[in-house]
Amino acid sequence: MKLTKLSPKILTLLALALLVIIAPMFFPSSFYYRIGALIFINGLAVIGLVILVGYAGQISLGHAGFVGIGAYSCALAPEHLGISPVLAVFLGAFLSGLLAWLVGRPILRLRGHYLAVATLGFGILIYMVLSNEAQWTGGPDGMAVQATGLKALLKSMGFKVSASEMWYWIAAVVMMIGALIALNLHTSPTGRALRSLHDSEVAAGTVGVNVANYKLSAFVISAIYTSVSGSELALMNRFISPDVAGFLHSVELLTMTVLGGAATVFGAVIGAAILTSLPQVLTVLHDFEHIVLGLIMMLVMIFMREGLVPSLAKILRRRPK
Amino acid sequence: MTLLTVEDLSIEFGGLKAVDGVNFNVEAGKIVSVIGPNGAGKTTLFNMLSGLYTPSRGRVTLAGKDVTNQPPYKLARLGMSRTFQNLQIFLQMSVLENVMAGCHLTEGRHIVTDLLGLPASGRRTRQSMKDALGLLERIGLQSHATDEASGLSYGALKRLEIARALAVRPQLLLLDEPAAGCNAVETEEIDHLIAEIAAEGVAILLVEHDMKLVMKISDHVIVLDQGMKITEGLPTEVAQNPKVIEAYLGVKATEEVHNALG
Amino acid sequence: MSELLQFFFSGITVGAIYSLVALGFIIIYNSSGVVNFAQGEFVMLGGMSTVFLFNAGVPLAIAAVAAILITCLVGIALNKLAIEPAKGASVVTLIIITIGASIFIRGMAQLVFDKQFHRFPSFSGDDPFLIGGATILPQGVWMIAGAIAVFIGLFVFFTYSLTGKAVLATSNNKLAARLVGISTNMMMTLSFGLSAAIGALAGVLVTPITLTSYDVGIALALKGFAAAILGGMGSPFGALVGGILVGLIEAMTAGYISSEYKDAASFIVILAVLFVMPNGIFGRSTIDRV
Repeated sequence: MKLTKLSPKILTLLALALLVIIAPMFFPSSFYYRIGALIFINGLAVIGLVILVGYAGQISLGHAGFVGIGAYSCALAPEHLGISPVLAVFLGAFLSGLLAWLVGRPILRLRGHYLAVATLGFGILIYMVLSNEAQWTGGPDGMAVQATGLKALLKSMGFKVSASEMWYWIAAVVMMIGALIALNLHTSPTGRALRSLHDSEVAAGTVGVNVANYKLSAFVISAIYTSVSGSELALMNRFISPDVAGFLHSVELLTMTVLGGAATVFGAVIGAAILTSLPQVLTVLHDFEHIVLGLIMMLVMIFMREGLVPSLAKILRRRPK
Repeated sequence: MTLLTVEDLSIEFGGLKAVDGVNFNVEAGKIVSVIGPNGAGKTTLFNMLSGLYTPSRGRVTLAGKDVTNQPPYKLARLGMSRTFQNLQIFLQMSVLENVMAGCHLTEGRHIVTDLLGLPASGRRTRQSMKDALGLLERIGLQSHATDEASGLSYGALKRLEIARALAVRPQLLLLDEPAAGCNAVETEEIDHLIAEIAAEGVAILLVEHDMKLVMKISDHVIVLDQGMKITEGLPTEVAQNPKVIEAYLGVKATEEVHNALG
Repeated sequence: MSELLQFFFSGITVGAIYSLVALGFIIIYNSSGVVNFAQGEFVMLGGMSTVFLFNAGVPLAIAAVAAILITCLVGIALNKLAIEPAKGASVVTLIIITIGASIFIRGMAQLVFDKQFHRFPSFSGDDPFLIGGATILPQGVWMIAGAIAVFIGLFVFFTYSLTGKAVLATSNNKLAARLVGISTNMMMTLSFGLSAAIGALAGVLVTPITLTSYDVGIALALKGFAAAILGGMGSPFGALVGGILVGLIEAMTAGYISSEYKDAASFIVILAVLFVMPNGIFGRSTIDRV
């Protein structure tokens, strides 16, 4: 069978699955499993943003707020409500979706920079609550998160894996599910409606797309993705601090989305991989870390405006065979 | 049967009356053209009819229903669709997907089905694809179906917008300068297409500068000048109306024409 | 009553700085459509450069002027190296470029200067004025005067000078401006330089009170951006009012409700305003041309 005959959806899923399976063969130590898990966790959030930014053409500078809600749900719910941390993931996703649905309608009426500042403010509000309500959240110092018991469960079944390894595979599977859903959406009727907003809200309206409702759907879906990624982060690290909900994390997520290629799921994962592993690589540069990070952000956006994956694909396609 | 009734429709932009007290009717299956010099308010009129601008006064009735101030997506459900003078193509989609996007209303809203990629989602997409391919064939773009829309020529994009508007299955189609920027051959094609659509019972409201096209295909012509309707009637009547000539050429030019004719 | 007056004074003092940052935002926005998230770094550069020149023995006034000029050059370089090459990019792309620039400038500042907090002496001493039972520092008066002076200066520049009108023309319609012979690139460079200089001036004015360090920029940028949006992006008067409003809301919240939520309060008000007025207080609504 020729590769070109496969749909982009299957190709992307295959490529991601290969990446997930092959990468561990090159891991010199279990520390790399942790980085891998972080990449997939961020990748999930970024796939959510692809739906909002890449499909529907909206912007959010506050999505880390939903990371915070997902993370703190897993920290607080087991302690105060007595539900299992794994169930708390769903609670967090529900809360994030609900909040996105409530604030989304007025916020998404705004456009461009006004939308940017409104989402920014929304994210900062969540961050402020998390860092100020110290009696609940432990304040800026953060708080511990209960163990999921998954590792013990695996052990009782006879599998002995390190926590990093286990989270690598969990995060990979969750991200793959997220990728599958986003790819389903892309070519579906709902996906077309969302993508029509990206190019012309006016034309979308005249073909019958309820612009406000579809924007809201994209916002809610992306909030749920981001929330689940926050939950995973909390459960893996067994610790959480308000920084995950901060402005800089929102910017990081948005940059990952655009860096890889805003319209594509595969690009999102590449963007997440680069920006997640970059700080680990750049630590050897010590004081030059910020300079290099800033430079990379600028250079990629100036010279590869569509993001790394689409731009490189274009360059490759242009090369004579 | 009267499909569209426009009564006393008016809009102001910062004191400027862009459209002022316009009345007219459109019958099902008829081609009605709106003409007038630049700045007469034709596109503004269209934008009010299609729910993009909010009129400051007046009423629009579509198929017996008051639709004044209705948002565009509701108008689409009631059977109105349109094309744009400044093209509004979905540039990040393929040519086929652009038309498929027009099938939104027949596809319906089933978000969970689509997220999970259930068979029903694929069925709806395949149905839209079939419909869209049919429309592409009609406008002669079937061979470009999988191309990126951004790669099409201007004239092709104009036709693509018509196909997308037809995918909405409208009773009333608003065409804003469909032949602008098209060469003679392309204009001819659009001319045939419009006549065909009208023959199927779709009412067409047309803004167009190409007078030859207007005079040839219109059943009825409405003339706007400075936001007001100055006359309406059969193409032949309108063409000979001194008010119309004046609006296009100015009073002085009209006098000169008279003088020259002696 | 004196308590309220005290909060009012501290509100407009801080607000003056937000106004200056907001003015910097809209000068660049008007000429290029770019929201420059590195605007806060200009404030930081103004303060830090003055500190280091002053500590090296340069008289304060000269150090301040030199710092403003240095920042002005950084602003022009930012335009030439990062914004001009990205012409026509989307809003998201441009936001990321300027955030990248702000991270880069912060990294450079960390290297060239250091990671400590710094200040230099106030311009006119530290003996507060007593008005109606409330106090205001002389440096606070400098800050308010600075914001008003810049606003008036900009007003005169844009209303009466040919160059100012050319910048306005560029913001209204780039193509038309080019057709009448205005070099729009030149106007963008000018805007970045001017905006950077105003940011640096804010940094010079605020440092004696709030201190400065390499990372003060980002918070100021967010507040200034919020202030500019609150006022209605693009309106200089809106920026002035928006900045003062944000300052006042913060001071009142800190005074009467909770100092922890002072930052939250300004964003709540901004969200509330945008829900009612999607284009800010003085912004004009735009109509899609189709």
